[in-house]
Amino acid sequence: MMTLKVNGQDNQIDADPDTPLLYVLRDDLKLNAAKFGCGLGQCGSCTVIVDGKAVLSCVTPLVLLKGKQVTTLEGLGTVSAPAPIQRAFMEEQAAQCGYCIAGMMMRAQALLLRNPKPTDAEIRAELQPNLCRCGTHMRILRAVHRAARLMDTADASANARSGQ
Amino acid sequence: MNAPVILDRRRVLQGGGALIVSFSLGRALAQEGSPAGAAPKRPGSLAVAPYLDSWLRIDADGRITAFTGKAELGQGFKTAFQQIAAEQLDVPFEAIHVVTADTQLTANEGYTAGSHSMQDSGTAILNAAAQVRELLIAQAAGRLGLAAENLRTENGAVIAPDGRRLTYGELVAADLLHVQAQPQSKLKDPASFKIMGHAVPRVDIPAKVTGGEAYVQDMRLSGMVHARVVRPPSYGAQLVECDSAAVERLPGVLKVVRDGNFLAVIANKEFQAIKAMNALAAAAKWKESQNLPKQDDLLNVLTGLPSQDSIIFERSDPSVSGQKTLEATYTRPYQSHGSIGPSCAVAHFVDDAMTVWTHTQGVYPDRQAIAEMLRMSPASVRLIHVEGSGCYGHNGADDVAADAALIARALPGRPVRVQWMREQEHAWEPFGPAMVTKLKASIDGGGRIADWNFAVWSNTHSMRPGNAGTLLAAQHMAQAFAVPPPKPLPLPEGGGDRNAIPLYTFANARVVHHFIAAMPLRISAMRGLGAYHNVFSIESFMDELAGLAGADPVEFRLRHLEDPRGRDVVEKAAQEFGWKQDRKPPPGRGYGFAFARYKNLAAYCAIASEVEVNSETGRARLLRAVAAVDSGQVVNPDGLTNQIEGAIMQSMSWTLYESVSFDDTRITSIDWQTYPILRFDAVPDRIDVHIINRPGQPFLGSGETGQGPAAASIANAIAHATGKRLRDLPLTRKRIKDAIDA
Ligand code: FES
Ligand code: FES
Repeated sequence: MMTLKVNGQDNQIDADPDTPLLYVLRDDLKLNAAKFGCGLGQCGSCTVIVDGKAVLSCVTPLVLLKGKQVTTLEGLGTVSAPAPIQRAFMEEQAAQCGYCIAGMMMRAQALLLRNPKPTDAEIRAELQPNLCRCGTHMRILRAVHRAARLMDTADASANARSGQ
Repeated sequence: MNAPVILDRRRVLQGGGALIVSFSLGRALAQEGSPAGAAPKRPGSLAVAPYLDSWLRIDADGRITAFTGKAELGQGFKTAFQQIAAEQLDVPFEAIHVVTADTQLTANEGYTAGSHSMQDSGTAILNAAAQVRELLIAQAAGRLGLAAENLRTENGAVIAPDGRRLTYGELVAADLLHVQAQPQSKLKDPASFKIMGHAVPRVDIPAKVTGGEAYVQDMRLSGMVHARVVRPPSYGAQLVECDSAAVERLPGVLKVVRDGNFLAVIANKEFQAIKAMNALAAAAKWKESQNLPKQDDLLNVLTGLPSQDSIIFERSDPSVSGQKTLEATYTRPYQSHGSIGPSCAVAHFVDDAMTVWTHTQGVYPDRQAIAEMLRMSPASVRLIHVEGSGCYGHNGADDVAADAALIARALPGRPVRVQWMREQEHAWEPFGPAMVTKLKASIDGGGRIADWNFAVWSNTHSMRPGNAGTLLAAQHMAQAFAVPPPKPLPLPEGGGDRNAIPLYTFANARVVHHFIAAMPLRISAMRGLGAYHNVFSIESFMDELAGLAGADPVEFRLRHLEDPRGRDVVEKAAQEFGWKQDRKPPPGRGYGFAFARYKNLAAYCAIASEVEVNSETGRARLLRAVAAVDSGQVVNPDGLTNQIEGAIMQSMSWTLYESVSFDDTRITSIDWQTYPILRFDAVPDRIDVHIINRPGQPFLGSGETGQGPAAASIANAIAHATGKRLRDLPLTRKRIKDAIDA
């Protein structure tokens, strides 16, 4: 048994310590967003955020996650209350099959957390590990730019509300 | 309401007080053999399933369901169908619920392939909805004692001039919609459209961007267990020894399933199944044979195999002859569908009935194949389509569905989820076939093509199910099913010869299809089939000939193109790109152009592109592409744009990077390192898609129309940039560099 913090909640996990985080998320915690794409660290469809950084969950064993904070796409928002990155992907219709999209969004989210105003080149460089086979790339890029703008306005209005 | 719960559409549909419907498919099918008389053909898939209630159901409470036998693959047609039904029925978009391919609920529309969904199913729903609306008006007219012409529909109700209102739910009565469709419908005037023709957001996207259950990979049925298959290391390998005792003792392992060369393991949890699969693979000893051809000599391999040859097009005008002649040979390697999510299925065997949740493109044919493999009657096998990762043709979907069914039968009562590993998807999916084309043409004194010769060598482009022998599991089991003999796909759509006949007009022309029956590698349908390579060849060669004639590539195409809608997309793409004769690109850059009408009968597409080539490294990057597309009446312009953008990106990846590799025994491209595809550093600066809408015209499938033109447009731009013509796909950095240095 190990305690794993996912999306702000502690979970007791009964799995071998070498179990990759991906299977813990999908199988033990019944979370859908992180996807199995290759299990080899080559495609990014399993990307989640661990302590603010984008991590490939398929090659990250459970044992390395003691005391860390794991965030998945489910932890960002919901259909009725979407996070800026989710709203942006909806507004840009940035999916075809969508299988790669959760991983794209998590990597983009990690980028926006540390660099709220990335350039186009920075977004492209950041997303380099993630593959999309449907060719949704142009929309993904537009969605990340839009998310940056949405977060910026959200911050601005939050600041305005708090009188800053 | 007190009926026992049976998974039967009649019951499902009668539940909750619905006043209709008995499912008409059985009756519809029973009629297939009856003479149609002189009646004109019903539009779209109404021709195969003519009853209106095969397509639409209205409940007493006003809920409306549209049924399609096609599978949503990420092309977004579920949204488009919902738009069509809502528009023609005069109800809000949200009032419609769309049910997709399910052998128990929907019509048999065969495969979701060949860009046919809008044409077949979209057209059926369009006409069915229009006719249902007429029926509802007639019903209201009877009840109100008014003439139908005086009634109008709005927001799910029929409304009389005096304001009296009858909702659709009030109007539906038993069997009202259980009538055969008429060949003609009173369709709404496109000018009045409120939903069709508008960029309605896709219904599937919210769940996909919030971690909802969106794919078969996400299914978690109660009591579900996980299985993994151990595939042979190579085609035809025989399992000679496998001591599975130790594997059976591993934590969580429920069962090892062995049937001839079919080997699998079931465990409680997914990672337990993977660990057990690895242990089982280590315990298995296989006898392999060296049967694969030479990867670097596909030209001679293919043209050296026996072929059935047919002249598929011939035209002659002895009064016209050429002066300057050009010859060229183009090749395409085997290429992978390469779905990002490996294929997956869930199967449940209970009370002698098998249910399989699958991302197959054809629930009915796949059911037939799986039933045959299991030696069960098709009636006791149900296939339900659930979305998977994008497939772009026949990938591992049907095979994994068969794997799951075979494994689930060994563990009755427990739903079994099977997903392939990345290496299995890459090594075992049926590839897009390698192809060779040889072209020869001459130009007359006026700079026109006088004589055109085109020959294509190819396997079939469909080994899809229907027969058990198409499924890996059935091929591997002890009582194995033989792979059925391949057949060429008939024209006008064609397979290896798809788009082999040029749409241009030439005085003399001859097109030959060399159909190769022997399949050294496992192959089947991949997006665009033969059109990808044939259009790449034709449109590359058109540029070569334009060069020979000293003509501008766009003007040269227009010289030979009579089809007015074809001319429109060519002119539109050229104009939006800013194409000008003799325009000089900046150093290291080139402009390219290409055009095709998919299958010569679906959507028109022209693409202009700008490519940058690094002469030091040979690296080519598409900087921008401008596409013009005419797919008839547009239902969802943003959905269409998304499809074309995706087609350009994917075709660019095929064209610049991709080929399946193998040695004499095994497939060696087994992951994204050994089968590299496009990554973000290769993404263009921009892609612009311009739609030429044709209100009131038939839907023309558009999902594959971009593949060929994108490839040739990029190849032509590379030739423009470097002065070197590359004719062997993929146009890799090394090949470009070698050509520059030569
Ligand atoms: S599934 Fe983790 S990188 Fe591909
Ligand atoms: S949207 Fe299908 S793989 Fe990216």
